[in-house]
Amino acid sequence: MYLCLVGVVETFRTRWIVADVAGLGQAFVFICMLAAGYVAARRAADTGTLRAVSEGAGAGLLAGALPAALLLLGGAIPLRTVFINASPALFELLSLGLPPSQGSLGLLLVGAAAGAGGAIVSRIPPAARRAFLWGVLAVLLLSIFQDLLQLLLQPRGVSSAIRDLLFSPDGPSFRGAAIICVLTWATSAGGTLLGYARERRGVGAAGGSRRTRLALMALALAGLLLLPIAGGLFVAQVMVLVGLYILMGLGLNLEVGFAGLLDLGFVAFFAIGAYTVALLTSRGEHGIAHMSFWAAIPVAVAVSLVAGVIFGIPVLRVRGDYLAIATLGLGEIVRLLVLSDALEPWLGGSFGVLAIPKPVIAGYELSGPRQLYYLTVVASALIAYVAWRLQDSRLGRAWMAIREDEDVAQAIGINLVTTKLLAYGIGGAMGGIGGAIFAVMLGSVFPHSFQLLISINVLVLIILGGMGSIWGVIVGALVLVGLPELLREFGEFRFLIYGIVLVAMMLFRPEGLLPAAAQKLELHAEEPPAPEASAAVS
Amino acid sequence: MRPRKLIKRFSFIDVFLWTFRLAVIAIVVVGSIATLAGGRYTGRQWLDFVEFGLAQGGIYALIALGYTMVYGVLNMINFAHGEVFMSGAYTAYFIAVPLGTSGFLARHLLVGLLTILLVAMATSTGVAVLVERVAYRPLRRAPRLVPLITAIGASFFLQYTFRGLYGAGIHSYPDIAALSGDWALGSFHILRTQAIVLLGAVVMMLLLYAVVMRTKIGKAMRAVAEDRDAAALMGINVDGIILFTFALGGAMAGAAGVLYALVFKQVHFFMGFVPGIKAFTSAVLGGIGNIPGAMLGGLFLGIVESVGPALFLDGLGIRAPYQLRDVIGFTMLLIMLIFRPQGILGERLAAKRA
Amino acid sequence: MRHRSVLIALALCVLLATGVPFAAPAPAATMGPVSDPIGVVKIDAGAPIVIASWLVTSGPNGALGTDSQRGIEIAIDDVGGKVLGHAIKLISEDSGCNAEGGQTAATKIAANADVVAAIGSSCSSEAVPGAPILWKAGIVTVSPSNTAPKLTDPMRGPDYDGYLRTAHNDKIQGAVAATFARNVLRKSRAATIHDGSPYAQGLANAFAENFQKMGGTITSQEAISVGDTDMHPVLTRIATGKPDMIFYPIFVAEGGFITRQAKDVSGLAGVTLFGADGLFTPDFLKAAGDSAQGMYWSSPDLTPEALGPRYAQDFLVKYKKKYGETPTAAFHPHAYDAAMIVFAAIRKVARAQGGALYIGRKALRDALFATRNFKGLTGTITCNQYGDCADPHIAVYQSVSADPAKWNPGVDPKKVYPMGKP
Repeated sequence: MYLCLVGVVETFRTRWIVADVAGLGQAFVFICMLAAGYVAARRAADTGTLRAVSEGAGAGLLAGALPAALLLLGGAIPLRTVFINASPALFELLSLGLPPSQGSLGLLLVGAAAGAGGAIVSRIPPAARRAFLWGVLAVLLLSIFQDLLQLLLQPRGVSSAIRDLLFSPDGPSFRGAAIICVLTWATSAGGTLLGYARERRGVGAAGGSRRTRLALMALALAGLLLLPIAGGLFVAQVMVLVGLYILMGLGLNLEVGFAGLLDLGFVAFFAIGAYTVALLTSRGEHGIAHMSFWAAIPVAVAVSLVAGVIFGIPVLRVRGDYLAIATLGLGEIVRLLVLSDALEPWLGGSFGVLAIPKPVIAGYELSGPRQLYYLTVVASALIAYVAWRLQDSRLGRAWMAIREDEDVAQAIGINLVTTKLLAYGIGGAMGGIGGAIFAVMLGSVFPHSFQLLISINVLVLIILGGMGSIWGVIVGALVLVGLPELLREFGEFRFLIYGIVLVAMMLFRPEGLLPAAAQKLELHAEEPPAPEASAAVS
Repeated sequence: MRPRKLIKRFSFIDVFLWTFRLAVIAIVVVGSIATLAGGRYTGRQWLDFVEFGLAQGGIYALIALGYTMVYGVLNMINFAHGEVFMSGAYTAYFIAVPLGTSGFLARHLLVGLLTILLVAMATSTGVAVLVERVAYRPLRRAPRLVPLITAIGASFFLQYTFRGLYGAGIHSYPDIAALSGDWALGSFHILRTQAIVLLGAVVMMLLLYAVVMRTKIGKAMRAVAEDRDAAALMGINVDGIILFTFALGGAMAGAAGVLYALVFKQVHFFMGFVPGIKAFTSAVLGGIGNIPGAMLGGLFLGIVESVGPALFLDGLGIRAPYQLRDVIGFTMLLIMLIFRPQGILGERLAAKRA
Repeated sequence: MRHRSVLIALALCVLLATGVPFAAPAPAATMGPVSDPIGVVKIDAGAPIVIASWLVTSGPNGALGTDSQRGIEIAIDDVGGKVLGHAIKLISEDSGCNAEGGQTAATKIAANADVVAAIGSSCSSEAVPGAPILWKAGIVTVSPSNTAPKLTDPMRGPDYDGYLRTAHNDKIQGAVAATFARNVLRKSRAATIHDGSPYAQGLANAFAENFQKMGGTITSQEAISVGDTDMHPVLTRIATGKPDMIFYPIFVAEGGFITRQAKDVSGLAGVTLFGADGLFTPDFLKAAGDSAQGMYWSSPDLTPEALGPRYAQDFLVKYKKKYGETPTAAFHPHAYDAAMIVFAAIRKVARAQGGALYIGRKALRDALFATRNFKGLTGTITCNQYGDCADPHIAVYQSVSADPAKWNPGVDPKKVYPMGKP
C-alpha cells in the first residue's frame, strides 16, 4: 500500500516488463504479496507443507487487503486531494480495469494466490529455488535497465540483431523476456551442477586460485580499459562521475575511515580544487593566469591541502558529533562564499567561471567523456595507491590509533595535532584533485554544483562500501553513483531508495559491503545479545 | 618565565586560533562601527531587526528543544528531527485548508487552531516514534557514527516519502484574519504572528522544563541521560523512557511546525531540512542537552542572522550582505565550538548546576 | 611485485589515453544520397524519426518542463504524428534544472545515435554544459525556455553552434520591465532582489541596467538564498533606500515569502511589487495569498491580442482537452514552435532513397539557422546567426484578484503593457 501511495506504481504504469503483458508497477505489488507469503512460510519453517502454504496464503491475503482497502476507499472519497498519487490511473491499475468492488476482491484473491506461491517457493529445494529466483530477477533487471541495454546494443550488426530479438519498441518483448528467463535458469542450474561436481572432486580452493586470480585481474583490467569504447558515451560519462566520487571518497575515507574524523563539509575541498583550476586556466573573464591544466593541478592540490589544514585547525578540539555540524558549517560557508555577490568580481558569483579549456596532452585534447575517463582512471589509481601505502604506514597507524581512542593515542606519544591536520590536509588534497577534473569535465564551474548533498553522498558511499577500506570506496561509488545514473527514470525515488539503503545498511551490515577486516570484527563485536534481549522485551 | 619558554608554550595552533578570533572580532567591530557611523538604519529599524530575529529564533528554539532533549537522553543527534517537524506541519495543512475555507477557523478560532495543532502533533509524534522503533532502537549500542548515518538515511526517507505522498509542490496555509496585523504596546509594534511564535516557544519551554525537572517521568529521563545502565539497574524501563522522549520531542516539533506554518504559510516536503540544521546549530550554541540553552541558542541564532549582515557586513561595503547570513551563523557556531564547546549555558540535561 | 603491476597498469592507461583517437568515430560521412561533414542519420523504412527532449520534469520546477513537453506533444499531434511518412518518436530526459543534470541528460541523448534533433533545455544552467555536448555529437537543439543572454552571445564560442532558442533573451525582458516601470508607472527608485541563480541575477541585472539608462535610480541590489524563509531583514535593508518598487525575478517559494512579508516591514508601505516569469504561475498566488493583489509581472505575452486566435482558440483548447488543465507555465507555445521549426527543417533537408530517409546533421543545423519568417504560435520566427529565433512579446501583467482558481493570463492577471500592440 505504501508503494502505491508513494507513486511507484503510478510511475511504472508505462513500464512494461513484458510488453503489453505485465507492467513493472503491478509487478511490484505482486512481489510484495509473494514476499509476504515467503516470509510467513519461512517463519513457519518447522510445520508441514500444507500449513506453511496456508500461512503464506494468509500473509499474501493481508498484503492484498491493503491495496484493496485503498481501492475501495478511493472509490468512495476523493483521496487525490491529499495523496496525489491516488489517482484514477492507479486504481485502474490495481483493479486490472474492473470496477472497485470486483477489483478489490480480485486483489485479495491474487494476494492469497501470490502468498501461497511464495510459500511454495520457500519449500522447493534450494537449487531449483535459486534458479527460479535468478530467472525472475534477470527478467526484472532486463526491464529496469532496458534503456541502457538498448543504448548499448545500438551499433549495427550483431548487437543490433540481439536488440531486436529482445525488445520491441515499447519494451522487452515476450520473446525477449522468455529467452532471458530460460537462459538464467540454465546458467543457474549449470552453476549448481558444477558446484556439485567440484565438491565431489574435492578440489581445494588453494590450488588454481593464484592463477585464476591473476586471470580475473587481467580480465577486469581489460574491461576497465575498454569500457568507454564498448559502452559508449553515456556509460563513459557516468564512469567519469563515478571516478570523481571515488577520488572524493578516498579523501574522505582518510578522514573518516582511517582517522575517525567525521567531516560533513567535504564538498568544500572539491569546490576549492575546482575553482582553483577554473581560475587558473579559464579563458574567460575570471581567469587570472592562463595556465595549462597540468600546471594548474599541482597548485590546486597545494591549495586544497592548505585549505584542509586551515579547516582542521578550528575543529581540532571538537568532539564527535559536534564535528559533524562544524564541518557542515565550513562546507556551507565555502559554498555561500563562492555564490555570493560580494565575491562575484573574483569568483563569478552565480554565473560561475566559464570557458575552462580541456586538458591537452602533447597536442591532443582530452575533449570527451571517453578521454576524461582515462584521466580519471589514472588519477583514481594513483590516489588509491597513495591511500593504500598510507594505510600501512606509520601515519596510517597513527590515524587508526586516533580513531580508536584519542586519549590513549596521545598517551603513547602520537602528536594529535599534526596527525589530525595531516588527515584533513591530505584528504582535502584528494578532494581537490576530484574538483580539478570536475572543472574540466564540465568546462565551467557553478556554485550550485557544490551542495551539502554531495558531502552526504560521499559519506554514504564510504559507509556503504565499508569505512576504511579502499576497495569499499570503489564499490560504494559504483553502486551509489553509477546505478542511479543508469537508472534515471527512478529519478524521483532516488533519494527515497537512498534513505532506505542507508538505514538498512546500518541495521544489517554496518561495516559496509567490502569492509576492512578490522572494522568488521569491531562492529560485530559491539553487537552483544542486544537483538535477542530487545526481542524478549518487546 | 623566561621569554624562550614563553614562546614555546604557544604552539602554532594557538597562534592560528587567536588570529582567527581576532580577525572575527575585528570584522565585527569595524563593521559595526562603520555601519552605525554610516547611519543608514534608524533606531526603529534596529529594533525591527531584533524583533524579526527573535521571531525566527523562536522557531529555531522550538525545534532545538526537541534536538536537545533527544541528545541529552540518548547522546545522539536525531537528524530526522527536521522531517518530524515537516510531517506535522504538512499533514495538518490538509486539515487547515478546509477549516479555513469553510470559515470555521474564523468563527471558532481557538477550537480550529487546537484541532490543527492536535493533528500535527499526533502525526509528528507518530513519525518520531516510528523512526525510533525501526531505525534507532536496534542500534543503541553501536559506535557513534552508525546512528548518525541512520538518522541521515531516515531523514531522506521521510522527506521523499512525504514528497511521494503529498506531491512536490508548495502549499499554503490559509490566512487567519485574527492573526494578521500587529499589536501596539505603546510605541512598540510587534506583529501578532511573531508574538504568537515567541509566546508559544516560551510556553513550550516552560512545559518541557516542568516535565523534565518536576515530574517522575522527567526524573527517569534524567536518570537515563546520566547513566543508562545504572538506570536500568534501578528498575527504570529504559526503552519506555526513550520512547517517551522521542514522543515528547516529536509532539513539540509538531507544534513548532504549526506555528511555523502559521507565520510563514508555506509548507512543502523539503521545509524541514534547513530549519533542522539551524535548530541543531542553535542547540549546540546554547549548550546541547540543556533546555533553557536550546531556547537561548535559538533566539541568539535568530538575532545574529537578522542583525548580523546589516550590522557587520554593511559597514564593510559588502554587496548583498543577506546572502551571507548563513555564513555568519556558521562562523558563530565555529567560534563557539572552538572557544566554548559546551555552549553558552553548558551541557547536560541532568546536571544540577554544581 | 604488486607495485610493478600497478605501474604497468598505469602506463597502459596513459598509452591508451593518448591512443584513443583511434577509437573516435570518423567525422565526415556519406550514407545513401547524403554527404555531410558531421554525420548522417539513416532512418529505415518503417522506423521512427527520433526527437529527444531534455527538460526539467521533476522537482520544484517540474511544471516548467512538463508544460514545455506538452507543447511538443501537441506539435507532434498537429503534424499527425509523422514527418515525411515516418512516425515521430519522442524520448525524454529529465535535466533537473542544474548543470550536472543538464550535462548527464545531454550525454545520454548524445550517446544515442538515432536522435536527429533535440528540444531543450528548460533552465539556462543546464544548457551551458549540455548544448556543447549535444553539438559535439552533431545533435542540434532548440530551447523553448532558456533566457540567459550568454547562450546566444556573439562571443559564446563554436561549441554552441548547434544551439538555438525560441524563447526570448532576458535582455529584452529586463528592458521591457524597466520601460514599463519607468515610463508607465513613473517609478524613479527601484530595488532588485535575486536568488543566486544565473537566471534571476541576469534578469535583475538587465532590469537595473535599463532602468538606470532611463534615468532611474537603483537603490540597492540584494540577494537571498534559495531556502530562506525570513525575508524581513533583507526587506528592512531595502527599505532604508526608500525605493518605490521592488523587482524580484525569482521563483515561487522565496517570491511568496517576499510578497507576504513586504507589508510587515515599516518603510515599505505603498511599494510596488514586480515579479517575472518565474512567479507567473497560479502556484505563486497560492503561496503569496492576498498580498499578491495589485502586483505586476513581466512574462511572455500569452494573450490572444499578441498571439492571435491560433493560440487562444486552437492550441489552448487542445491543451485543455488533452491534459485536463490550463497551462502550468509560460513556455508551451515556444516549445510548440521549437518542435515545428525542427520538423520544417527536417522536411527541407531529408532525402529519401529506397524507403529510407537520410538526414545530414550539418545540413539540418544550417536549415534551422536559416529559418525565416516562420509563422509560429509565438509570432514570426526568424533565427539570427547566434541562435536567437524568438519574436519576443513580453507583456506586463497586473493581478486582479490574486485567486489561484481564477488564473487566466490576460484576464486575471490582466495585461497592462504594451497595449494595443499586435
